[in-house]
Amino acid sequence: MKIDATDRRLIAATQSGLPLTAAPYDEVARWLKIEAAEVIRRLQALKDAGVIRRIALAPNHYALGMIANGMSVWDVNDSEVSVLGAKLGALDFVSHCYLRPRALPDWPYNLFAMIHGDTREQVESKRGLIAEILGDAAQSNDILYSTRILKKTGLRLAKNKG
Amino acid sequence: MRRDPLPDNVLDKTDRLIINTLQDGFPLTAHPFSEMAGKIGLSEAELIKRLVNLRELGVITRFGPLYDVEAMGGAFCLCAIAVPAEQFEEVMTKVNAHPEVAHNYERNHHLNMWFVLATEHPEGISDVAGMIEAETGLKVLQFPKQEEFFIGFRVTA
Repeated sequence: MKIDATDRRLIAATQSGLPLTAAPYDEVARWLKIEAAEVIRRLQALKDAGVIRRIALAPNHYALGMIANGMSVWDVNDSEVSVLGAKLGALDFVSHCYLRPRALPDWPYNLFAMIHGDTREQVESKRGLIAEILGDAAQSNDILYSTRILKKTGLRLAKNKG
Repeated sequence: MRRDPLPDNVLDKTDRLIINTLQDGFPLTAHPFSEMAGKIGLSEAELIKRLVNLRELGVITRFGPLYDVEAMGGAFCLCAIAVPAEQFEEVMTKVNAHPEVAHNYERNHHLNMWFVLATEHPEGISDVAGMIEAETGLKVLQFPKQEEFFIGFRVTA
């Protein structure tokens, strides 16, 4: 999809959230000095094109008690990894699941699944469930826990471009 | 962002219902809160008041559109560096100085620094990774996603 300058302003205005007012798209329209119907039309087009994945509430899982998470990594047979990856992605405790290239010899793993739980023990038991699902297709695996957040800013589009 | 859990008694059943319901989507209509309030069994004003409170408590990370940077022509790449312990702080400072570094975590592995590069154009990834290698003298392993398995994740409040 071709994104024009107005789309870029709309993205910049809404990427950190919608205003919590009765008519939020009207409010965004006032910020951008365009019609509310145009805001809705443009957001719908962005959604249809997949630029917007969803419009929803994103909960802070830490505040809700899910304070443990681990990046589990698996060396899965190339011929089976797409089918098995889809199974892991469908699990409700896996937030991100990706096929990535190995970096041999430093890194033999090609399937990454971020596991969330209330405790480290819960994360480990969920890792065991994944091991069962993967069975003999996984040669080896590891799990990496974050010991410190060094930076977290998320995506910020430059507001002055486009 | 809040990293500690709320005490058990802070959220009531209605708050939890709001979180669980609005995770699944929010309408693109003139009065979307009114529409969702009807489904939850609240007034529009009560729903908005509770959402403001949930946001102030740090229960909501984001309320609105989730944008996909790749669908906009940009790129993401997970990268990792094996940083010698005595250089860790120095390397962290150099890596974090790049605005394209969206998040960066220390992890318990030989590859102990893991960060995500987000750039507006795909070629930006190797440019920034190359700059970091030049600045630190360390190899930046790149793990671009080849396939994404999306996404059953849900947080039940």
